[in-house]
Amino acid sequence: MDKISIIIDGKKVSVPPDTTILEAARKTQINIPTLCYHPDQNVKGNCRVCIVEIAGANGFAAACCTTVKEGMEIKTNTIRIREARQMVLNLILANHNSQCLSCKRNGNCELQTLSQELNIEEEFLDKVVDLLPIDQSNFSIVRDQTKCIKCGRCIEVCNDVQGVGAIYNVNRSCDMKIAPAYEKGLSEVPCVYCGQCINVCPVGAIYEKEDTKEVWRALEDPNKHVVVQIAPAVRVVLGEEFGMETGSIVTGKIVSFLKRIGFDKVFDTNFTADLTIIEEGNELLHRIKSGGKLPMLTSCSPGWIRYIEFFYPELLQHLSTCKSPQQMFGALVKSYYAEKMGLKPEDIVVVSIMPCTAKKTEAKREEMHLNDYYDVDIVITTRELAKMVRESRIQLRELEEEDFDVPLGLSTGAAAVFGATGGVMEAALRTVYEVVTGDELDKIDFKNLRGIAGFKEATIPVGDLDVNVAVANGLKNAKILLDLIKEGKANYHFIEIMCCPGGCIGGGGQPIPATNSIKEKRIEAIYQVDLQSELRKSHQNPAIKELYEEFLIEPLGEKSHKLLHTHYIDRSKNNKDKRD
Amino acid sequence: MDLENNTMEAIEKIGNTPDKLIEVLIQCQSLNQQNYITEEQLNLISKGLNIPLSKAYGVASFYSMLSTSKKGKYVIQVCNSGPCYVNNSKTIAKAFQDALGISLGEVTADGLFSLEYTSCFGGCQIAPAVKINDMVYGNLTEEKVWQLVDSLRKEAV
Amino acid sequence: MKSFVSKLCGKIMPLSLKEYREHGGFLGLEKALFYMSPQEVIDEIKESRLRGRGGASFPTGVKWQLVAAEGDEEKYVVCNADEGEPGTFKDKALLEGCPFQVIEGLMISAYAVGAYKGYIYIRGEYPNSIDLFKKAINILKKEGYLGENILGQNFSFDIEVRSGAGAYVCGEETALIESIEGNSGSSRFKPPYPPNCGLWGKPTLVNNVETLANIPLIISQGAEEFLKLGTKGSKGTKLISVSGNVVNKGVFEVEFGISLREIIYDICGGLEGNKKLKFIQVGGSSGACLPELLLDLELDFDEFKKHNIGIGSGAILVVDDSCCILDFMRVTTEFFKHESCGKCTTCREGNRHIIKAIDRMIYGSGTERDMQIIKDIATIMRDSSLCGLGQAAPIPVLSLLKHFKDEFQEHINGYCSTGVCNFKGEGKSHG
Repeated sequence: MDKISIIIDGKKVSVPPDTTILEAARKTQINIPTLCYHPDQNVKGNCRVCIVEIAGANGFAAACCTTVKEGMEIKTNTIRIREARQMVLNLILANHNSQCLSCKRNGNCELQTLSQELNIEEEFLDKVVDLLPIDQSNFSIVRDQTKCIKCGRCIEVCNDVQGVGAIYNVNRSCDMKIAPAYEKGLSEVPCVYCGQCINVCPVGAIYEKEDTKEVWRALEDPNKHVVVQIAPAVRVVLGEEFGMETGSIVTGKIVSFLKRIGFDKVFDTNFTADLTIIEEGNELLHRIKSGGKLPMLTSCSPGWIRYIEFFYPELLQHLSTCKSPQQMFGALVKSYYAEKMGLKPEDIVVVSIMPCTAKKTEAKREEMHLNDYYDVDIVITTRELAKMVRESRIQLRELEEEDFDVPLGLSTGAAAVFGATGGVMEAALRTVYEVVTGDELDKIDFKNLRGIAGFKEATIPVGDLDVNVAVANGLKNAKILLDLIKEGKANYHFIEIMCCPGGCIGGGGQPIPATNSIKEKRIEAIYQVDLQSELRKSHQNPAIKELYEEFLIEPLGEKSHKLLHTHYIDRSKNNKDKRD
Repeated sequence: MDLENNTMEAIEKIGNTPDKLIEVLIQCQSLNQQNYITEEQLNLISKGLNIPLSKAYGVASFYSMLSTSKKGKYVIQVCNSGPCYVNNSKTIAKAFQDALGISLGEVTADGLFSLEYTSCFGGCQIAPAVKINDMVYGNLTEEKVWQLVDSLRKEAV
Repeated sequence: MKSFVSKLCGKIMPLSLKEYREHGGFLGLEKALFYMSPQEVIDEIKESRLRGRGGASFPTGVKWQLVAAEGDEEKYVVCNADEGEPGTFKDKALLEGCPFQVIEGLMISAYAVGAYKGYIYIRGEYPNSIDLFKKAINILKKEGYLGENILGQNFSFDIEVRSGAGAYVCGEETALIESIEGNSGSSRFKPPYPPNCGLWGKPTLVNNVETLANIPLIISQGAEEFLKLGTKGSKGTKLISVSGNVVNKGVFEVEFGISLREIIYDICGGLEGNKKLKFIQVGGSSGACLPELLLDLELDFDEFKKHNIGIGSGAILVVDDSCCILDFMRVTTEFFKHESCGKCTTCREGNRHIIKAIDRMIYGSGTERDMQIIKDIATIMRDSSLCGLGQAAPIPVLSLLKHFKDEFQEHINGYCSTGVCNFKGEGKSHG
């Protein structure tokens, strides 16, 4: 198609048809301010911050949603337009609780940055912020509507990307707000706590329930033995919070930091990721051999678990009974490790550092509550870890790298890839192939299962059997597979599902922003960790072998059943969380 | 239970595709003496039309003719748009408040009346006008307001 | 007064197909189906220079051509009967006076643009109209005017009646489309315009009731007859709704070219109690407020445009001199505050700040700054809002500021010449 010629701020530019003014401007290094615009979402056009002047037009045009026309003459930086943008922003600020200093997003807030960039010198309109209660009804996510600027990004991610629909526009005009039905708390509606809404929120209207104080308290409690685990997707992302390049691998620095602040042992969730592969791999083989429910669905993503419990309870039998690596870790620390160390399980505090807000609620599930203690006591997100680093005043960049403690800190590259979509499947295939055939797998990189695409599938010959697998991330993609299963049309043996787009590297507890281009770099780093590992197959992990020899005896055995496997709940009838 | 059956019936009759949501909400509200959509109804509608409850609630809360909270048997809506305003609609609103003993936005204790402002409903020719459920009453004076409330009270008995 | 588009209203039983036919009903449709190609129908409408009667006055034939030009198999025609503009009740007269005429217009439009499905979106506040249309459609289905192969021709068409549920914004075509799809009535940004991408993303023709009611007459009598009515730039007649402090309120059909003064004093009998006129508001609550000196303006799209005002829906609200400008401005702004969909910042947030500033002025604590705030916010709303609602909401505000500046100054000085605002502490009238 012929290009279209336009003039932006006196500069002649040629762009393809259907280009928006915003895109055309950015191509010419003219940076029109935006607020509701998000690169991975539909254009909304509702904040009106990106207005520009078009010669001959009456009013302004929003650059994000106006496509260029031949000969269009656009001005983006006149007194009139700057003052108009200031006015628009003032209208937003008048309805925004601007207590920035104590805001979760202080220093990383799109509205704050914009106010600075547009040179807001005075909030001259009356404050009209409604004093609405803060929703702290659950263990994962907090909503503070006094901060909400009604951009609608959270609604899009919740409805169109995740297909959950926990929140929507309520009321209209200046009474419009974003809330669950009947403005209930999130714990009373089918929210899966994935936290994707947090990741797209430009301000501090939605954030994780913070648990760092509990961690600090445990660390200073002389009667407690405090153990920490780090999820695979945390180590490739934390650096972003400290100005490091996206995709920086900071595993050793995190270990070093955690030791410095007083954890008794610094272990790795990757250890139980390897263990998950052994248990889940054997479960799959068992189901195939014994005619069990297929396809088998992975169970390590707690947002996904809540989703199927709420929306497809009739398919719960398809879920692997394996607990997630986080929970397996907690269960082992309070049994195997406690025994080994001669500690009482009730004296141990297990802290998890996760990329995920749903993990906070997972840890509080009743099934994860054996005897009188939880498998995992405190869960914090990557963002909270960054806060602890800042609070401690330790300079992460300057820390020497250290190794995890043994034995629960040993892991393989197969565990590392759990952090990206397709990783669990790849890790499982590496092991299942060798366990079944007894041959060594030559090509261990399953590249067609990698990458950010929402749905991937493959057929892998394993001995006599062609194993059909599928990988989905984002719950709307999961839904497509679930509908196929319901209709009996899903001809797969094994399906990996990750709740969050891109997998755990895009989790709801990760640093913000988390756009697709950032996620792709995080994924690259995940596979770097795999490549740099000495061992890259879970069944080769010597600490796992030792665990079976000393304690578990065999996969799917009695102890495994008690400690490492779980069951699920039909939540379709009663949305409410069970809380103690 | 009747309400549940009637709601299901309404969905069946009108259709269970998402685009029928507003039609279904209007119909379901009319099934209810108190002129609102109950939470139970909204749950049925959300399941029946296969849309999230949050959206069903969002849509119900968007349109001013739909309500998710109890209203009176008679919903008295006083027009407060320009044409009725210049024909003294504020006096009429005041008269209704006095006659009913409630403020705008409230429901009488016996559940018989609720009183609210509404945007223009096309009764400008007989301004000041009010809409009570589906009926429009116009050319109102303070005296007529008292008579109207009286006759509705009698009708309800 | 003229009798053209509304000539059957009140003359025939609204649901009598027989009477409608006896008075020339469906001659337009028959002519179109039997003797004209779709393009010829569009050409005839273009020829008539009919312009939309809903408020935007876009040339109807051009709009039809846009939809016809789209290659899509699936297209929709929609009758916009969400007459929500305060002071407007002229569509109701057509809806309840002669439903078949509106339906016939919709059918001809469907034939012309190649649509098989039509919707009539009637505001929920008109339950009688909704009832009438449902019945009318059933009658037409029974008589073979709707359904497969209508009148034995290769034209199939079906109509569904949809009810609004109390949202003025749904009169805006993209919000109306959202509402038909079962959503909250939030406006979409344009372009894409509905003729290219409308209902369910398909090409969609949205026309106002009065526009459609003109169609059968133009087709059956020919564009030439229609062109005899009106002025050079504004052809045909217009239904106007007159309300307020006037002796005869009601809907009147007038020929373009009539002056506002003639409408108010000749047709409507002047002001009640012979009071002095303060201003008229033309086009509903989103219309400009014009002082006495503009009364000799002729009803004509182009004449109005010269003064930067619109005819809008054809509502005329007559206001006498007992009205306080600020109090009136508060009422219209309150209306828009109630009716904004809440999607875009300026419209969602703007109205309440205007109201706050007005309140300070009518309760005696207003300053020059408040006047400036009102003006600045009204301006940003007009220039930056996403849809027509937000862009038009400040029009009355800005026109009142322009024509009645003294009265604002008066309030800043602690005085209200109409006596409505009582600054001595008994200002109950603002309730």
